[in-house]
Amino acid sequence: MSIAVADISFSYGQRQALQSVSFELQPGCFNALLGPNGAGKSTLFGLLTRLNALQCGSASINGHDIRQHPARVMSQLGVVFQQSSLDLDLTVQQNLLYHAALHGIARKPALAQIELELMRMEMLDRLHDKVRNLNGGHRRRVEIARALLHQPGVLLLDEPSVGLDPASRRALNQHVRQLCEDRGLTVLWATHLIEEIDPQDPVLLLHNGQLKAHNSGQQICLQQQVDSLSEAFHRITGLNREAA
Amino acid sequence: MSHLDGTLSLPASAYWHCFCGILKREYLRFINQRSRFLSALVRPLLWLIVFAAGFRAALGIAIIEPYETYITYEVYIAPGLCCMILLFNGMQSSLSMVYDREMGSMRVLLMSPLPRQFLLLSRLLSIAIISLLQVYAFLAIALLVGVEPPLAGYITVLPALVLVAVMLGALGLFISSRIRQLENFAGVMNFVIFPMFFLSSALYPLWKMQESSEWLYWLCRINPFSHAVELVRHALYLKLDTESLLVTAAATAVFSLLAVTGFNPQKNQKPTR
Repeated sequence: MSIAVADISFSYGQRQALQSVSFELQPGCFNALLGPNGAGKSTLFGLLTRLNALQCGSASINGHDIRQHPARVMSQLGVVFQQSSLDLDLTVQQNLLYHAALHGIARKPALAQIELELMRMEMLDRLHDKVRNLNGGHRRRVEIARALLHQPGVLLLDEPSVGLDPASRRALNQHVRQLCEDRGLTVLWATHLIEEIDPQDPVLLLHNGQLKAHNSGQQICLQQQVDSLSEAFHRITGLNREAA
Repeated sequence: MSHLDGTLSLPASAYWHCFCGILKREYLRFINQRSRFLSALVRPLLWLIVFAAGFRAALGIAIIEPYETYITYEVYIAPGLCCMILLFNGMQSSLSMVYDREMGSMRVLLMSPLPRQFLLLSRLLSIAIISLLQVYAFLAIALLVGVEPPLAGYITVLPALVLVAVMLGALGLFISSRIRQLENFAGVMNFVIFPMFFLSSALYPLWKMQESSEWLYWLCRINPFSHAVELVRHALYLKLDTESLLVTAAATAVFSLLAVTGFNPQKNQKPTR
């Protein structure tokens, strides 16, 4: 299952946020979307999740055009937003049951699926805790469990590690990589942190709304004739490494 | 259920589970926000207990439909205050629906594969149903000041209240998604809630308004909120005001249509960074 984007451009009034972006994700793989703040990552996510309307170009998920078959697309898409979108005053189970209901899943199968997903995320013991009482890392895990409840083939994560300490960040990253291996899930992980990307990961490098590179981290380094992805990033964007 | 052309048609049960989920969530939010529930009750109770006591002497009420005898001013304004609860709730929740869309709750809702029109109408209806709990709590307290409609009236008023609540929620959603200037609650209060409430039969019978000013009377007559109040007033006393029912139903249909077509999360988006 994959995402294909062809010639997408998007502007907010005068400001051009994306310019002629085209790519196809590698299916069943951890794909990284790397770019500094303001590169257009969230705009791209908004378009893929239909929160923003496509102005030009096209996008499809597993061959289904997002404009023509929105229901099919949304049922195959799991999304973790940059800002937490859990209801803090509800319990983990109540939040997840709500999401399952939105996907038309009845309570009984939803409860079974919730148990399964939380077990995978090692969060089952927090089932009846209010989200307010969870730390940032655990909230993220619940959000990933939620995004997978309806068993999508594609998981989009918009800077999911923002606000987490380094240990939680690594654990979360590892968890999602495991999901790719275990289930053949296609992941698009947006980040501005180069250390979250492994050398063999396919990388989409976005800068000023343009796709500057699309290759594995290793290949990008080879093309740029540098030793590390952070140096390649610096060479391509002209930004220093800290800005990435 | 999928078709060969790649479209997905979800079974009717998926719609039902989705609606139940949205309703349950509104209910859970409601019981988690008891302070909001109490403050929503204070406003109409102030009108009923303080304002009505002061105005009782100033405003004599003749025998008018649907009442069969002389009534106190408290009895007269109670149905209007029920609608006032729905008016405030409808506007408040619709505003939050629109301006929450950059935030989590609306995004989560819109990740559903079900049609967005269905999702919005489900949320409007859920908010309406939860608002009814406040109306019934208000009517229970109103018994203490002599507002005693027939027992069966509490049941016959239910469909009227649901219809009015959806009408006002849809109007709120339409207004807040179309008129950017009204993006805070104070603006909505001044330009929507107060004019709608005062230019209606909630606080005074329209013939009294006609005695003062013919054009104000006509403004009140065309105000759908007047018809909503009369629908609720009659239903509470086991009567059906057909004209009010038709106007309220038509207004609900029009506002709902405008709201779901006007609500486009893909419009008016600001860059997030």
